[in-house]
Amino acid sequence: MINILFKEAKMSQLIKANNVSFIKEKNVILKNISLEILDNDFITIIGPNGAGKSMLLKCLMGFYKTTKGDVFIKKDLKIGYVPQKFAPSISMPINVKSFLFLRKKSNQTILNELTREINITHILNKQLSKLSGGELQRVLLVRALIDEPEILVLDEPVLNLDISAQLAFYKLLEHIYKTRKISILMVSHDLHMVMSISKKVICLFHHICCSGTPAKVAKDPNFSALFGDDMAKMMAVYQHSHNHSHVHKNDVDNCKCDGDCDND
Amino acid sequence: MIETNIILALSAGFGIALIAAPMGCFVVWRRMAYFGDSLAHASLLGIALGLITGLSTNIGVLIICSLFAILLLWLQQKKSLFSDSILGILAHGSLSIGVIGISLLGFDLDLEGYLFGDILNVVLRDIIWIYFGGALILFLLIYNWSDLVLMSIDEDLARAENVKIFYLQILLMFLMTLLVAISIQIVGVLIITSMLIIPASSARQVALSPKSMAIFTSVFALIAVVFGVFGAKFYNLPAGPSIVVSLVIIFILSLIFSSFQRKFF
Repeated sequence: MINILFKEAKMSQLIKANNVSFIKEKNVILKNISLEILDNDFITIIGPNGAGKSMLLKCLMGFYKTTKGDVFIKKDLKIGYVPQKFAPSISMPINVKSFLFLRKKSNQTILNELTREINITHILNKQLSKLSGGELQRVLLVRALIDEPEILVLDEPVLNLDISAQLAFYKLLEHIYKTRKISILMVSHDLHMVMSISKKVICLFHHICCSGTPAKVAKDPNFSALFGDDMAKMMAVYQHSHNHSHVHKNDVDNCKCDGDCDND
Repeated sequence: MIETNIILALSAGFGIALIAAPMGCFVVWRRMAYFGDSLAHASLLGIALGLITGLSTNIGVLIICSLFAILLLWLQQKKSLFSDSILGILAHGSLSIGVIGISLLGFDLDLEGYLFGDILNVVLRDIIWIYFGGALILFLLIYNWSDLVLMSIDEDLARAENVKIFYLQILLMFLMTLLVAISIQIVGVLIITSMLIIPASSARQVALSPKSMAIFTSVFALIAVVFGVFGAKFYNLPAGPSIVVSLVIIFILSLIFSSFQRKFF
Protein backbone atom coordinates (compact mmCIF):
# COMPACT_ATOMS: atom_id res chain seq x y z
CA MET A 1 0.00 0.00 0.00
CA ILE A 2 1.43 3.35 -0.94
CA ASN A 3 0.66 6.04 1.57
CA ILE A 4 2.52 8.83 -0.09
CA LEU A 5 0.54 10.26 -2.92
CA PHE A 6 1.83 13.01 -5.09
CA LYS A 7 -0.05 15.56 -7.15
CA GLU A 8 -3.23 15.23 -5.14
CA ALA A 9 -2.54 18.16 -2.90
CA LYS A 10 -4.22 21.42 -3.84
CA MET A 11 -2.19 24.16 -5.48
CA SER A 12 -1.30 26.15 -2.38
CA GLN A 13 -0.86 23.03 -0.26
CA LEU A 14 2.67 21.75 0.09
CA ILE A 15 2.06 18.88 2.46
CA LYS A 16 -1.14 17.50 3.87
CA ALA A 17 -1.57 14.76 6.46
CA ASN A 18 -4.90 13.03 6.58
CA ASN A 19 -5.62 11.16 9.80
CA VAL A 20 -2.10 9.75 10.02
CA SER A 21 -1.11 7.18 12.62
CA PHE A 22 2.30 5.62 13.05
CA ILE A 23 2.73 2.51 15.17
CA LYS A 24 6.15 1.02 15.77
CA GLU A 25 6.47 -2.29 17.56
CA LYS A 26 3.04 -1.84 19.17
CA ASN A 27 3.91 1.64 20.47
CA VAL A 28 1.60 4.32 19.19
CA ILE A 29 3.97 7.09 18.17
CA LEU A 30 1.53 9.20 16.18
CA LYS A 31 -2.23 9.05 16.42
CA ASN A 32 -4.79 10.53 14.04
CA ILE A 33 -2.74 13.49 12.91
CA SER A 34 -4.36 15.80 10.38
CA LEU A 35 -2.69 18.98 9.29
CA GLU A 36 -1.81 20.98 6.24
CA ILE A 37 1.16 23.08 5.35
CA LEU A 38 0.46 25.89 2.92
CA ASP A 39 2.55 28.28 0.87
CA ASN A 40 4.44 30.72 3.02
CA ASP A 41 3.44 29.02 6.26
CA PHE A 42 5.43 29.06 9.48
CA ILE A 43 4.44 26.14 11.63
CA THR A 44 6.15 25.06 14.82
CA ILE A 45 5.56 21.72 16.46
CA ILE A 46 6.12 21.73 20.21
CA GLY A 47 5.78 18.96 22.72
CA PRO A 48 7.60 17.11 25.49
CA ASN A 49 10.40 14.60 24.94
CA GLY A 50 9.28 11.47 23.17
CA ALA A 51 6.04 13.05 21.95
CA GLY A 52 6.75 11.92 18.38
CA LYS A 53 7.81 15.30 17.01
CA SER A 54 10.75 14.10 14.93
CA MET A 55 8.76 11.13 13.70
CA LEU A 56 5.96 13.45 12.58
CA LEU A 57 8.46 15.51 10.56
CA LYS A 58 9.86 12.39 8.95
CA CYS A 59 6.41 11.08 8.09
CA LEU A 60 5.48 14.47 6.60
CA MET A 61 8.59 14.32 4.40
CA GLY A 62 7.70 10.82 3.27
CA PHE A 63 10.64 8.98 4.88
CA TYR A 64 8.45 6.24 6.26
CA LYS A 65 5.21 4.57 5.34
CA THR A 66 2.51 5.51 7.79
CA THR A 67 0.55 2.78 9.55
CA LYS A 68 -2.75 4.48 8.89
CA GLY A 69 -3.85 7.54 6.95
CA ASP A 70 -2.19 9.33 4.06
CA VAL A 71 0.44 11.95 3.57
CA PHE A 72 0.02 14.08 0.46
CA ILE A 73 3.11 15.79 -0.80
CA LYS A 74 3.00 18.30 -3.64
CA LYS A 75 4.59 16.84 -6.75
CA ASP A 76 8.37 17.47 -6.94
CA LEU A 77 8.27 19.46 -3.71
CA LYS A 78 11.74 20.80 -2.99
CA ILE A 79 12.52 20.28 0.69
CA GLY A 80 15.43 21.83 2.58
CA TYR A 81 16.04 19.74 5.68
CA VAL A 82 18.08 20.51 8.78
CA PRO A 83 18.25 17.28 10.79
CA GLN A 84 18.31 17.03 14.55
CA LYS A 85 21.45 15.12 15.36
CA PHE A 86 24.09 15.92 12.84
CA ALA A 87 27.54 14.67 13.70
CA PRO A 88 29.48 14.18 10.49
CA SER A 89 31.75 11.17 10.65
CA ILE A 90 35.32 12.11 11.57
CA SER A 91 36.53 9.60 9.00
CA MET A 92 35.05 11.65 6.14
CA PRO A 93 37.40 14.33 4.79
CA ILE A 94 35.27 17.01 3.18
CA ASN A 95 35.35 20.78 3.39
CA VAL A 96 32.33 22.99 3.88
CA LYS A 97 32.20 24.17 0.27
CA SER A 98 32.23 20.66 -1.22
CA PHE A 99 29.64 19.58 1.31
CA LEU A 100 27.37 22.45 0.28
CA PHE A 101 27.54 21.49 -3.37
CA LEU A 102 27.35 17.72 -2.85
CA ARG A 103 24.33 16.58 -4.92
CA LYS A 104 23.06 20.15 -5.11
CA LYS A 105 22.62 22.12 -8.27
CA SER A 106 23.27 25.74 -7.55
CA ASN A 107 25.54 28.55 -8.58
CA GLN A 108 28.21 30.77 -7.15
CA THR A 109 25.96 33.84 -6.93
CA ILE A 110 23.40 32.13 -4.73
CA LEU A 111 26.20 30.64 -2.66
CA ASN A 112 27.83 34.03 -2.17
CA GLU A 113 24.58 35.64 -1.07
CA LEU A 114 23.72 32.84 1.31
CA THR A 115 27.15 32.55 2.88
CA ARG A 116 27.14 36.29 3.54
CA GLU A 117 23.58 36.29 4.87
CA ILE A 118 24.19 33.32 7.16
CA ASN A 119 27.75 34.29 7.94
CA ILE A 120 29.81 31.26 6.98
CA THR A 121 32.08 32.86 4.36
CA HIS A 122 35.13 32.54 6.61
CA ILE A 123 34.69 28.79 7.15
CA LEU A 124 34.07 27.65 3.57
CA ASN A 125 37.45 25.94 3.36
CA LYS A 126 37.32 24.40 6.81
CA GLN A 127 36.86 20.66 7.21
CA LEU A 128 33.31 19.70 8.17
CA SER A 129 34.50 17.53 11.06
CA LYS A 130 36.23 20.52 12.68
CA LEU A 131 33.25 22.87 12.96
CA SER A 132 31.67 23.98 16.21
CA GLY A 133 28.00 23.26 16.92
CA GLY A 134 26.88 26.73 15.88
CA GLU A 135 28.96 26.72 12.69
CA LEU A 136 27.64 23.29 11.75
CA GLN A 137 24.07 24.45 12.23
CA ARG A 138 24.61 27.47 9.97
CA VAL A 139 26.29 25.32 7.33
CA LEU A 140 23.31 22.94 7.38
CA LEU A 141 20.98 25.90 6.99
CA VAL A 142 22.90 27.16 3.96
CA ARG A 143 22.88 23.68 2.44
CA ALA A 144 19.14 23.40 3.01
CA LEU A 145 18.56 26.75 1.26
CA ILE A 146 21.10 26.49 -1.54
CA ASP A 147 18.78 25.07 -4.19
CA GLU A 148 15.95 27.41 -3.22
CA PRO A 149 13.45 25.00 -1.64
CA GLU A 150 9.76 25.68 -1.24
CA ILE A 151 9.80 24.46 2.33
CA LEU A 152 12.42 24.45 5.04
CA VAL A 153 12.10 21.67 7.62
CA LEU A 154 14.08 22.02 10.84
CA ASP A 155 14.25 19.46 13.63
CA GLU A 156 15.21 21.14 16.91
CA PRO A 157 17.77 23.31 15.18
CA VAL A 158 19.13 24.98 18.31
CA LEU A 159 19.51 21.91 20.48
CA ASN A 160 23.28 22.15 20.91
CA LEU A 161 23.64 25.92 20.92
CA ASP A 162 24.12 28.19 23.91
CA ILE A 163 21.40 30.67 24.70
CA SER A 164 22.78 33.64 22.77
CA ALA A 165 23.47 31.48 19.72
CA GLN A 166 19.90 30.20 19.98
CA LEU A 167 18.52 33.72 19.88
CA ALA A 168 20.75 34.59 16.93
CA PHE A 169 19.64 31.48 15.07
CA TYR A 170 15.93 32.24 15.53
CA LYS A 171 16.52 35.82 14.43
CA LEU A 172 18.23 34.52 11.31
CA LEU A 173 15.36 32.15 10.66
CA GLU A 174 12.85 34.96 10.99
CA HIS A 175 14.88 37.02 8.54
CA ILE A 176 14.99 34.14 6.05
CA TYR A 177 11.26 33.68 6.34
CA LYS A 178 10.55 37.35 5.76
CA THR A 179 12.91 37.83 2.84
CA ARG A 180 11.85 34.98 0.59
CA LYS A 181 8.83 32.99 -0.46
CA ILE A 182 9.28 29.94 1.70
CA SER A 183 7.35 27.84 4.18
CA ILE A 184 8.97 26.78 7.42
CA LEU A 185 8.12 23.70 9.44
CA MET A 186 10.06 23.44 12.65
CA VAL A 187 10.16 21.18 15.65
CA SER A 188 11.15 22.82 18.84
CA HIS A 189 11.52 22.10 22.44
CA ASP A 190 11.93 25.52 23.90
CA LEU A 191 8.83 27.57 23.70
CA HIS A 192 9.69 31.19 24.31
CA MET A 193 11.45 32.16 21.15
CA VAL A 194 9.33 29.94 18.97
CA MET A 195 6.13 31.64 19.96
CA SER A 196 7.15 35.04 18.73
CA ILE A 197 8.05 33.98 15.22
CA SER A 198 5.59 31.21 14.33
CA LYS A 199 2.35 31.78 12.51
CA LYS A 200 0.91 28.60 13.87
CA VAL A 201 1.85 26.28 16.71
CA ILE A 202 0.96 22.62 16.94
CA CYS A 203 1.14 21.10 20.37
CA LEU A 204 1.91 17.40 20.04
CA PHE A 205 1.77 14.52 22.41
CA HIS A 206 1.37 11.56 20.02
CA HIS A 207 -1.83 13.24 18.91
CA ILE A 208 -2.45 16.93 18.32
CA CYS A 209 -3.45 18.34 21.69
CA CYS A 210 -4.12 21.79 20.42
CA SER A 211 -3.11 24.01 17.56
CA GLY A 212 -3.55 27.51 16.31
CA THR A 213 -1.91 30.89 16.57
CA PRO A 214 0.68 31.15 19.35
CA ALA A 215 -1.61 33.41 21.36
CA LYS A 216 -4.47 30.96 21.10
CA VAL A 217 -2.37 27.92 21.99
CA ALA A 218 -0.88 29.62 25.05
CA LYS A 219 -4.38 30.14 26.42
CA ASP A 220 -5.57 26.65 25.59
CA PRO A 221 -6.25 24.46 28.64
CA ASN A 222 -4.65 21.51 26.81
CA PHE A 223 -1.46 23.46 26.50
CA SER A 224 -1.22 24.07 30.23
CA ALA A 225 -2.17 20.45 30.82
CA LEU A 226 0.82 19.39 28.76
CA PHE A 227 3.39 21.93 29.86
CA GLY A 228 2.07 23.04 33.24
CA ASP A 229 0.41 26.27 34.32
CA ASP A 230 3.70 28.05 34.99
CA MET A 231 4.86 27.53 31.47
CA ALA A 232 1.55 28.72 30.11
CA LYS A 233 1.75 31.90 32.15
CA MET A 234 5.30 32.44 30.98
CA MET A 235 4.18 32.10 27.40
CA ALA A 236 1.73 34.91 27.80
CA VAL A 237 4.70 37.21 28.36
CA TYR A 238 6.64 36.06 25.37
CA GLN A 239 4.10 36.06 22.63
CA HIS A 240 3.74 39.22 20.64
CA SER A 241 0.53 40.47 19.16
CA HIS A 242 -0.32 38.81 15.89
CA ASN A 243 -2.62 40.79 13.70
CA HIS A 244 -2.77 38.31 10.88
CA SER A 245 -6.23 37.98 9.54
CA HIS A 246 -5.79 34.67 7.73
CA VAL A 247 -6.93 31.77 9.82
CA HIS A 248 -6.17 28.21 8.83
CA LYS A 249 -8.92 25.76 8.47
CA ASN A 250 -7.47 23.46 11.05
CA ASP A 251 -7.19 26.10 13.71
CA VAL A 252 -10.71 25.65 14.83
CA ASP A 253 -11.29 21.96 14.99
CA ASN A 254 -8.25 20.41 16.58
CA CYS A 255 -8.49 21.59 20.12
CA LYS A 256 -10.05 18.56 21.65
CA CYS A 257 -7.97 16.68 24.14
CA ASP A 258 -8.32 12.93 24.34
CA GLY A 259 -7.72 12.90 28.03
CA ASP A 260 -4.17 11.63 28.05
CA CYS A 261 -2.70 15.11 27.91
CA ASP A 262 -2.04 15.22 31.61
CA ASN A 263 0.78 12.83 31.11
CA ASP A 264 4.11 14.41 32.05
CA MET B 1 58.43 -18.85 -16.04
CA ILE B 2 59.44 -16.64 -13.15
CA GLU B 3 58.51 -13.52 -15.12
CA THR B 4 55.00 -14.67 -16.11
CA ASN B 5 54.44 -15.68 -12.56
CA ILE B 6 55.31 -12.31 -11.18
CA ILE B 7 53.38 -10.44 -13.87
CA LEU B 8 50.26 -12.45 -13.08
CA ALA B 9 50.74 -11.85 -9.35
CA LEU B 10 51.22 -8.13 -9.85
CA SER B 11 48.25 -7.75 -12.17
CA ALA B 12 46.03 -9.63 -9.73
CA GLY B 13 47.32 -7.54 -6.84
CA PHE B 14 46.91 -4.27 -8.75
CA GLY B 15 43.37 -5.19 -9.72
CA ILE B 16 42.41 -5.96 -6.14
CA ALA B 17 44.13 -2.84 -4.84
CA LEU B 18 42.19 -0.67 -7.29
CA ILE B 19 38.82 -2.20 -6.37
CA ALA B 20 39.47 -2.45 -2.65
CA ALA B 21 40.51 1.20 -2.47
CA PRO B 22 37.17 2.99 -3.05
CA MET B 23 35.34 0.14 -1.33
CA GLY B 24 37.69 0.56 1.62
CA CYS B 25 36.76 4.25 1.87
CA PHE B 26 33.12 3.30 2.36
CA VAL B 27 34.12 0.61 4.83
CA VAL B 28 35.91 3.28 6.87
CA TRP B 29 33.23 5.96 6.45
CA ARG B 30 30.31 3.68 7.20
CA ARG B 31 32.02 1.47 9.77
CA MET B 32 31.56 -1.68 7.76
CA ALA B 33 34.89 -3.23 8.77
CA TYR B 34 33.32 -5.94 10.87
CA PHE B 35 30.87 -6.71 8.09
CA GLY B 36 33.71 -7.23 5.60
CA ASP B 37 35.60 -9.36 8.05
CA SER B 38 32.54 -11.52 8.69
CA LEU B 39 31.87 -11.96 4.98
CA ALA B 40 35.47 -13.08 4.55
CA HIS B 41 35.05 -15.67 7.30
CA ALA B 42 31.81 -16.93 5.80
CA SER B 43 33.49 -17.28 2.44
CA LEU B 44 35.20 -20.45 3.61
CA LEU B 45 31.80 -22.13 3.59
CA GLY B 46 31.44 -20.85 0.03
CA ILE B 47 34.75 -22.38 -0.92
CA ALA B 48 33.60 -25.69 0.58
CA LEU B 49 30.36 -25.39 -1.41
CA GLY B 50 32.32 -24.71 -4.58
CA LEU B 51 34.54 -27.74 -4.04
CA ILE B 52 31.67 -30.08 -3.11
CA THR B 53 29.43 -29.13 -6.02
CA GLY B 54 32.29 -28.90 -8.46
CA LEU B 55 31.26 -25.35 -9.36
CA SER B 56 33.92 -22.71 -9.28
CA THR B 57 34.87 -21.63 -5.78
CA ASN B 58 34.22 -18.00 -6.79
CA ILE B 59 30.59 -18.85 -7.48
CA GLY B 60 30.36 -20.82 -4.25
CA VAL B 61 31.63 -17.80 -2.33
CA LEU B 62 29.28 -15.46 -4.18
CA ILE B 63 26.27 -17.63 -3.32
CA ILE B 64 27.16 -18.12 0.35
CA CYS B 65 28.10 -14.49 0.92
CA SER B 66 24.86 -13.28 -0.70
CA LEU B 67 22.88 -15.62 1.54
CA PHE B 68 24.90 -14.28 4.44
CA ALA B 69 23.98 -10.70 3.58
CA ILE B 70 20.28 -11.55 3.20
CA LEU B 71 20.25 -13.43 6.52
CA LEU B 72 21.96 -10.48 8.17
CA LEU B 73 19.39 -8.00 6.83
CA TRP B 74 16.58 -10.24 8.04
CA LEU B 75 18.06 -10.71 11.52
CA GLN B 76 18.71 -6.97 11.83
CA GLN B 77 14.97 -6.33 11.42
CA LYS B 78 14.31 -8.35 14.56
CA LYS B 79 16.27 -5.85 16.63
CA SER B 80 16.78 -7.98 19.70
CA LEU B 81 20.54 -8.11 19.13
CA PHE B 82 23.14 -5.64 17.93
CA SER B 83 24.53 -6.13 14.45
CA ASP B 84 28.01 -7.03 15.67
CA SER B 85 26.71 -9.97 17.70
CA ILE B 86 24.62 -11.21 14.78
CA LEU B 87 27.62 -10.84 12.47
CA GLY B 88 29.83 -12.77 14.89
CA ILE B 89 27.36 -15.63 15.12
CA LEU B 90 26.89 -15.84 11.36
CA ALA B 91 30.59 -15.49 10.56
CA HIS B 92 31.99 -18.04 12.95
CA GLY B 93 29.08 -20.39 12.38
CA SER B 94 29.62 -20.51 8.64
CA LEU B 95 33.41 -20.62 8.98
CA SER B 96 33.18 -23.68 11.22
CA ILE B 97 30.59 -25.41 9.04
CA GLY B 98 32.90 -24.79 6.08
CA VAL B 99 35.94 -26.27 7.81
CA ILE B 100 33.95 -29.32 9.02
CA GLY B 101 32.49 -29.81 5.53
CA ILE B 102 35.89 -29.70 3.91
CA SER B 103 37.41 -32.13 6.41
CA LEU B 104 34.43 -34.55 6.32
CA LEU B 105 34.59 -34.79 2.57
CA GLY B 106 38.30 -35.42 2.76
CA PHE B 107 39.44 -32.61 0.51
CA ASP B 108 43.10 -31.96 0.76
CA LEU B 109 42.76 -28.23 1.25
CA ASP B 110 45.60 -25.82 1.74
CA LEU B 111 43.93 -24.01 4.64
CA GLU B 112 46.85 -21.67 5.11
CA GLY B 113 46.47 -20.59 1.50
CA TYR B 114 42.85 -19.62 2.15
CA LEU B 115 43.69 -17.76 5.33
CA PHE B 116 46.69 -15.81 4.06
CA GLY B 117 46.20 -15.92 0.32
CA ASP B 118 48.36 -17.28 -2.41
CA ILE B 119 49.13 -14.42 -4.71
CA LEU B 120 52.11 -16.08 -6.41
CA ASN B 121 49.96 -18.93 -7.67
CA VAL B 122 47.22 -16.95 -9.39
CA VAL B 123 46.05 -18.23 -12.75
CA LEU B 124 44.61 -16.33 -15.69
CA ARG B 125 41.06 -17.31 -14.69
CA ASP B 126 41.46 -15.48 -11.36
CA ILE B 127 42.62 -12.38 -13.18
CA ILE B 128 39.63 -12.43 -15.51
CA TRP B 129 37.33 -12.64 -12.45
CA ILE B 130 39.15 -9.74 -10.82
CA TYR B 131 39.03 -7.43 -13.82
CA PHE B 132 35.43 -8.10 -14.86
CA GLY B 133 34.08 -8.12 -11.31
CA GLY B 134 36.24 -5.14 -10.47
CA ALA B 135 35.00 -3.12 -13.44
CA LEU B 136 31.42 -3.72 -12.32
CA ILE B 137 32.21 -2.69 -8.72
CA LEU B 138 34.05 0.46 -9.78
CA PHE B 139 31.35 1.44 -12.26
CA LEU B 140 28.56 1.11 -9.69
CA LEU B 141 30.54 2.96 -7.03
CA ILE B 142 31.43 5.86 -9.31
CA TYR B 143 27.92 6.03 -10.77
CA ASN B 144 26.39 6.37 -7.28
CA TRP B 145 29.32 8.30 -5.80
CA SER B 146 27.64 11.52 -4.56
CA ASP B 147 24.61 9.68 -3.21
CA LEU B 148 26.86 7.25 -1.35
CA VAL B 149 29.05 10.03 0.05
CA LEU B 150 26.04 12.05 1.25
CA MET B 151 24.51 8.93 2.77
CA SER B 152 27.79 8.27 4.58
CA ILE B 153 27.75 11.80 6.00
CA ASP B 154 24.13 11.66 7.14
CA GLU B 155 21.37 9.26 6.16
CA ASP B 156 18.45 11.51 7.02
CA LEU B 157 19.89 14.37 5.04
CA ALA B 158 20.17 12.04 2.05
CA ARG B 159 16.62 10.77 2.62
CA ALA B 160 15.24 14.31 2.49
CA GLU B 161 16.88 14.69 -0.92
CA ASN B 162 15.24 11.55 -2.27
CA VAL B 163 18.32 9.34 -2.12
CA LYS B 164 17.18 5.73 -2.03
CA ILE B 165 18.95 4.69 1.15
CA PHE B 166 17.72 1.11 1.32
CA TYR B 167 18.70 0.41 -2.26
CA LEU B 168 22.18 1.87 -1.70
CA GLN B 169 22.70 -0.16 1.47
CA ILE B 170 21.86 -3.33 -0.43
CA LEU B 171 24.13 -2.21 -3.26
CA LEU B 172 27.10 -1.72 -0.91
CA MET B 173 26.49 -5.13 0.66
CA PHE B 174 26.34 -6.75 -2.76
CA LEU B 175 29.52 -5.04 -3.89
CA MET B 176 31.34 -6.19 -0.75
CA THR B 177 30.14 -9.71 -1.44
CA LEU B 178 31.43 -9.54 -4.98
CA LEU B 179 34.75 -8.11 -3.81
CA VAL B 180 35.21 -10.92 -1.30
CA ALA B 181 34.26 -13.53 -3.90
CA ILE B 182 36.81 -12.38 -6.45
CA SER B 183 39.69 -11.67 -4.12
CA ILE B 184 39.43 -14.17 -1.29
CA GLN B 185 41.65 -16.85 -2.81
CA ILE B 186 44.31 -14.38 -3.77
CA VAL B 187 44.62 -12.30 -0.63
CA GLY B 188 43.05 -14.67 1.89
CA VAL B 189 40.34 -14.60 4.53
CA LEU B 190 42.44 -12.86 7.16
CA ILE B 191 43.98 -10.26 4.91
CA ILE B 192 41.09 -8.96 2.78
CA THR B 193 39.88 -6.77 5.66
CA SER B 194 43.27 -5.13 6.04
CA MET B 195 43.29 -4.35 2.31
CA LEU B 196 40.00 -2.54 2.93
CA ILE B 197 40.78 -0.73 6.17
CA ILE B 198 44.48 0.10 6.34
CA PRO B 199 45.03 1.98 3.05
CA ALA B 200 41.80 3.97 3.57
CA SER B 201 42.76 4.84 7.14
CA SER B 202 46.20 5.99 5.96
CA ALA B 203 44.60 8.07 3.21
CA ARG B 204 42.31 9.71 5.78
CA GLN B 205 45.39 11.21 7.42
CA VAL B 206 46.45 13.05 4.28
CA ALA B 207 43.29 13.58 2.20
CA LEU B 208 41.10 16.69 2.23
CA SER B 209 38.17 15.45 0.12
CA PRO B 210 36.33 12.16 -0.44
CA LYS B 211 37.76 11.82 -3.95
CA SER B 212 41.34 12.51 -2.94
CA MET B 213 40.92 9.97 -0.14
CA ALA B 214 39.90 7.33 -2.67
CA ILE B 215 42.89 8.19 -4.88
CA PHE B 216 45.40 8.12 -2.00
CA THR B 217 43.90 4.81 -0.88
CA SER B 218 44.52 3.29 -4.31
CA VAL B 219 48.11 4.55 -4.40
CA PHE B 220 48.89 3.17 -0.95
CA ALA B 221 47.34 -0.20 -1.76
CA LEU B 222 49.29 -0.41 -5.03
CA ILE B 223 52.59 0.35 -3.27
CA ALA B 224 51.90 -2.32 -0.65
CA VAL B 225 51.09 -4.90 -3.35
CA VAL B 226 54.40 -4.21 -5.09
CA PHE B 227 56.35 -4.62 -1.85
CA GLY B 228 54.41 -7.73 -0.89
CA VAL B 229 54.87 -9.47 -4.24
CA PHE B 230 58.57 -8.64 -4.50
CA GLY B 231 59.16 -9.63 -0.89
CA ALA B 232 57.56 -12.97 -1.58
CA LYS B 233 59.37 -13.50 -4.86
CA PHE B 234 62.89 -12.46 -3.97
CA TYR B 235 63.13 -12.95 -0.21
CA ASN B 236 60.78 -15.90 0.04
CA LEU B 237 58.53 -14.08 2.53
CA PRO B 238 54.85 -15.01 2.86
CA ALA B 239 53.11 -12.70 0.35
CA GLY B 240 49.88 -11.84 2.18
CA PRO B 241 51.53 -10.88 5.48
CA SER B 242 54.17 -8.90 3.55
CA ILE B 243 51.40 -6.84 1.95
CA VAL B 244 49.84 -6.20 5.36
CA VAL B 245 53.17 -5.22 6.92
CA SER B 246 53.78 -2.78 4.05
CA LEU B 247 50.31 -1.33 4.62
CA VAL B 248 51.00 -0.90 8.32
CA ILE B 249 54.29 0.89 7.58
CA ILE B 250 52.45 3.23 5.21
CA PHE B 251 49.87 3.86 7.92
CA ILE B 252 52.57 4.77 10.45
CA LEU B 253 54.19 7.13 7.94
CA SER B 254 50.81 8.76 7.26
CA LEU B 255 50.30 9.32 10.99
CA ILE B 256 53.71 10.94 11.27
CA PHE B 257 52.96 13.09 8.23
CA SER B 258 49.63 14.27 9.61
CA SER B 259 51.05 15.17 13.02
CA PHE B 260 53.84 17.14 11.33
CA GLN B 261 51.28 18.89 9.20
CA ARG B 262 49.25 19.83 12.24
CA LYS B 263 52.33 21.24 13.92
CA PHE B 264 53.74 23.29 11.08
CA PHE B 265 50.84 24.37 8.92
